[in-house]
Amino acid sequence: MAAVTPEVLTSTHVEKMKKKKLPKRYWEETEKTDQSQRRPEEEQGKAGQNQNKSTVKEKSLKRKNGESLEKKDPFPGEAPIPQKQLQKFQRGKKCKVPAGARERLKEAIAISEAMSEHAQKQAARYDLLLPEDAGFLEGDEDEDTNTISQADIADAVDITSGSKYFNLHLSQFGPYRLDYSRTGRNLLVGGKKGHVACIDWQTKDLKCEMNVMETVNDVKWLHTEAMFAVAQKRWLYIYDSKGVELHCVKKFNDVLRMQFLPYHFLLATASATGFLQYLDVSIGKEVAAICTKMGRLDVMAQNPHNAVIHLGHPNGTVSLWSPNQKESLVKMLCHRGAVRSLAVDKTGTYMVTSGLDRKLKVYDIRAFKPLHSCFLPAGASCLSLSQRGLLSAATGEIVQVYQNVLGSNPVSKPYMAHRLRGQIWGLAYCPFEDVLGIGHGEGFTSMIVPGAGEPNFDALDTNPYRSHKQRQEWEVKALLEKVQPELIGLDPGQLSKVDQASFEQRHKEQIEALGFDPLAKDKFKPKTKKKGRSSAGAIEKRKRKVAHEDQRDEIRQSVQERTEREKELKEKSNEKKLGNKSTLDRFRK
Amino acid sequence: MQNENLVQISFFNQLMLVHPRKKQNERSEASVQVSEYFVNAEGTGDKVNLSDLLGTVEKTSGASNKTKKQLRNLQSSKETLELPLNKQQTEKVSAEFSVQLLVSCWKNIILQNQKAEQMVFPLNQESSGPKRVEQVVAGWKVQTPLEQEIFRLLHGSRQPVNDPVLTPVEEQSLKAMSLEEAKIRRAELQKARALQSYYEAKAKREKKIKSKKYHKVQNKAKRKDFLKQFDEMVKTNPEGALEELKKMELSRMEERMSLKHQNSGKWAKSKAIMAKYDDSARKAMQEQLQMNKDLTQKMVVPSDDEHESIEEGLETVPDFVNDPETVIDPVNPWMRGQLTHEEPEVSCVTAEEVQTAEEENEEEEIIGEFERKRKLRQVVEEDVVEVSDKEEEEDEEEDVSEFNTLFRLMRSEKTREGSNQTRGGLNTAGEEDEEGLLSEGQIRVRSIEDLEVLDEVVEPRAIEEPSAPQTAAAEATSEPPHKKKREINLKEVLTKEAKAVRLPFLPTVVDEEERDEQISIIKEAFAGDDVISDFIKDKSRQEAAGRPAVVDLTLPGWGEWGGVGLKPPRWKRKRFRIKTAPPPPRQDQKLPDVIISEKRTASVASHQVSQLPFPFQNTAQFESSIRTPIGSTWNTQTVVKNMTKPKVVTKLGAIIEPMVKEDFIKSKTTSKLWLLEIGHKKKKKKLFMFLVLWGCMLVPVRFAYNSVFVLIFFYY
Repeated sequence: MAAVTPEVLTSTHVEKMKKKKLPKRYWEETEKTDQSQRRPEEEQGKAGQNQNKSTVKEKSLKRKNGESLEKKDPFPGEAPIPQKQLQKFQRGKKCKVPAGARERLKEAIAISEAMSEHAQKQAARYDLLLPEDAGFLEGDEDEDTNTISQADIADAVDITSGSKYFNLHLSQFGPYRLDYSRTGRNLLVGGKKGHVACIDWQTKDLKCEMNVMETVNDVKWLHTEAMFAVAQKRWLYIYDSKGVELHCVKKFNDVLRMQFLPYHFLLATASATGFLQYLDVSIGKEVAAICTKMGRLDVMAQNPHNAVIHLGHPNGTVSLWSPNQKESLVKMLCHRGAVRSLAVDKTGTYMVTSGLDRKLKVYDIRAFKPLHSCFLPAGASCLSLSQRGLLSAATGEIVQVYQNVLGSNPVSKPYMAHRLRGQIWGLAYCPFEDVLGIGHGEGFTSMIVPGAGEPNFDALDTNPYRSHKQRQEWEVKALLEKVQPELIGLDPGQLSKVDQASFEQRHKEQIEALGFDPLAKDKFKPKTKKKGRSSAGAIEKRKRKVAHEDQRDEIRQSVQERTEREKELKEKSNEKKLGNKSTLDRFRK
Repeated sequence: MQNENLVQISFFNQLMLVHPRKKQNERSEASVQVSEYFVNAEGTGDKVNLSDLLGTVEKTSGASNKTKKQLRNLQSSKETLELPLNKQQTEKVSAEFSVQLLVSCWKNIILQNQKAEQMVFPLNQESSGPKRVEQVVAGWKVQTPLEQEIFRLLHGSRQPVNDPVLTPVEEQSLKAMSLEEAKIRRAELQKARALQSYYEAKAKREKKIKSKKYHKVQNKAKRKDFLKQFDEMVKTNPEGALEELKKMELSRMEERMSLKHQNSGKWAKSKAIMAKYDDSARKAMQEQLQMNKDLTQKMVVPSDDEHESIEEGLETVPDFVNDPETVIDPVNPWMRGQLTHEEPEVSCVTAEEVQTAEEENEEEEIIGEFERKRKLRQVVEEDVVEVSDKEEEEDEEEDVSEFNTLFRLMRSEKTREGSNQTRGGLNTAGEEDEEGLLSEGQIRVRSIEDLEVLDEVVEPRAIEEPSAPQTAAAEATSEPPHKKKREINLKEVLTKEAKAVRLPFLPTVVDEEERDEQISIIKEAFAGDDVISDFIKDKSRQEAAGRPAVVDLTLPGWGEWGGVGLKPPRWKRKRFRIKTAPPPPRQDQKLPDVIISEKRTASVASHQVSQLPFPFQNTAQFESSIRTPIGSTWNTQTVVKNMTKPKVVTKLGAIIEPMVKEDFIKSKTTSKLWLLEIGHKKKKKKLFMFLVLWGCMLVPVRFAYNSVFVLIFFYY
């Protein structure tokens, strides 16, 4: 009864007084539920007194409002997921259960299907945790975006973003090659004349700087910011982030270009002698050395999708390589002149090439078919693709950035352009940033390209903001999850397929791999006996005794097979004979 | 059914053959009691036939016609009955059957468990920890007025009545307490275990020691201890002391009987000889004598026995033992009592020390030897390592030299190729010029705009068409004949229309020098290159290599004339040239500007699944079943957990008991099962009750219980 009075009060004008609520106690909620639970009982009690009335009332109410009196969940079931998102996370096609399948098969398929559907749904649901959008640059009416200068952009954007446009004037040590670390925090530049420096480019913090007193052909970060490789005049050197020389790998000579395969911990190098070599940086071992027989290799790219190395050659071909095969996986004729530069997009679908014939071509490397090509008057000496698919091409002293190159629509006009002084030697987009790094004769330029970087990073894979501890942890995990070089191939999903080679073929491969036949029968070796019975003659005699055993076995087998075959033939012929008889024969005994 | 029949038959036989082995005795004299066994029927030896019995049935009116007919049939049938199975066989049959029955009822649950995604053991586990009151008193309602009153009061005071009796925090704290206790308990257990292991280790170690001296000392010490304890025992536990005394008495008796420690043994005699010259031997002898004395001494009552024993000792000890010793041991050992223990002990200890010292020396020597050996080995190893290093270096050098030679080779090839190219260049120079004019090519139509563009393009193409055949003709000369079949013209693909990109604003300042440079570069690039024909050649070479070669087994001159310029006849060629089946079409068959290697990658194959796993019927099914990765890289946390959950979960420390039938059969108790259980537990009384019930009293006792109940089951 006491509980009723406050309700009465609240309905009156004293409402404001009661606004301050008591702190909630854990039993309060239960009390309410108790009341709600008890209500039906009380009602029942009442119902006993005036059953007829209440039922009549209820019925009338129901008639008036239909079924609206019962409260229903307005959103029953789990929240729906848009089809588009589901599509995004779909893996392969569903398997249908065949008509006459066994029970076990049905169950196995049902379980796996349910599991993959669940995984897909969950992934689609979590997609909402990737909220960031890539930016873009939009000009005014009748204004081409490529006329907007970098200085204007830097002025317009916020200070931190503006500071990402900068120049390093390094005119002494010649054209620069560059590489960004996988997290995008660190920049490595290597001048042709021996100047090597690594910089935390956002804070402009110089980590190390040195002159190796030798020609530097290429520079590359290894799996972390702690190590980088420098291809010098003769050998390949590995330094740590403080510039201390860790290794001089003399097996790798005359290296011109390098690529690092992060998930395999492989450093792939292409040399002037035409060798493609793979160095496993986790164990410091050369995995494969392939003589490409294609001459000087100075154009190289990697396919991030399947870790296949693409090489461009002076005869206009592009060849694809894996460390497991001594010959190229694929060789495609792309240009009529030498190939000058190559780039492969993140999904491994498209390849962009430029050649001495001043053409820029886009290929679909799943089908190895050209999609479209365009003619650049100056030709493109360097190409680079960003994470979001922006293509930058160095044409002479001008860097052009193209949008929507990948896909069907042809190249029309550049999205952005920037003019530099001196020959461009290296182009690279910074991961997770809207920044394009340009190495040229006069030093290094960092250029702002809105919409270039991937806005949503996977912090467990590459975290630009990771701490020292996180980096250590990541390194251990990455090493544990290292993919073996044997798994590199055109189809990265090869592993999940059933090997359908015949037993003979597999056996042959096994013999090749092992160097001997594991299933071979041992040659008969007579026992050594004493008392002069193991003389050469005796041994020979004993050998002679079993000499024909194998042959006999074979003969026996072949005879058996023949008899079986004959039997079958006979049966067949009998059947044929029977086949001539009337249909009523089947009722015979 | 077979089993059933067998069992029935055997039963029947058992009924019919009443004591078949018992020999029938002849009746010799009259007696008061007439046993049925001793009654001889008329015409002894004759068997009672069925027909003899049936005669009466025919006459009786009570029997139904049906049975009569059946009996008549039985009589007329001349089939002999089968021999009854012997005991072992019947037992075996019945046992098998019972096992089958037992197993069959488990089948379902086993299947179910096999299919289950996850099993949690122990089954039917209850949640540990304190239960909530409302869980315990579920379904209890406030009924009496008193209870109602109390509850009202409780409500008024806002006490938790129904729901959480224990708040989560309280529950946690409770659990924490238990955890602490558990920790303490565990620590105690750990300590106990550790101590036990130490003692065990010690005992083992001591047991292993072979030194007799050591054990002697040890035994002595024990004895001493024991004596001390005995003294205490006398005060505290007289009964125990008495028992000990008895034991001692017993040992004394034994000693006196065996005279083990007299100097009558082999060892003692040899020592006696030595004792003259060797102090240690003498000491040993004395010790033994002391032992003897101690053992034979009467402990409690110092009386005449003592003197006797002394005398005995005096008698037994030879003189030469004591003579020289008087100097060393002035005290009479017979009078020393317990003190005498210490003297030899000390000497023992010193001896031990000497020995240990010696041992140490030996050990040192051994260690030294080991070290020497190790050093030697290291040297050898180092040598090996050095050798291997050298080998590696040599390998490297070889590699480098290989590289160099290859490089040189390649260079020479290149120069050759270059010369070829220059030669080819002359041929194709004309083509090059023409190709400049060509704008014909594949156009990808993707949108409506593209279609419009296509229309525009059509006209110029029509004009340019005549030039195309010319190039084709030019190609025909250089290409191998099979190339003609190609639908797609390579040149068309390569001279695909390229859209020129114009930069509207950029000051495309091209210095004259640069332009000249570029032009020269381009000229250089195109000068000697006939890139396309080279590529085509390469491809045709690859294709040829991929085709299986024809095996020619013809023997020229075999069976006919041979000689220079003579060809083997056609029939021979036909017969002895073996053609293998052509390989499947190449992947790059329809891609003229691509060469795809047809080599199988064996490296991945070793990691692949080579045989289809069990329930799957084809590869597509299996592949689709593993298409979703289970790693955390590709999935959300919950999904990974769900996908990789273990098949069996066991609770740590819980006893997993074997499954009981009650677990899965809740209300399905049938009479059959009950019977089986009785049989299983061999409850004799119940079993015989059944026997009585079913009127099977004649079933002999030698029947196995199992078979009996199975039998009953069948009748039932």
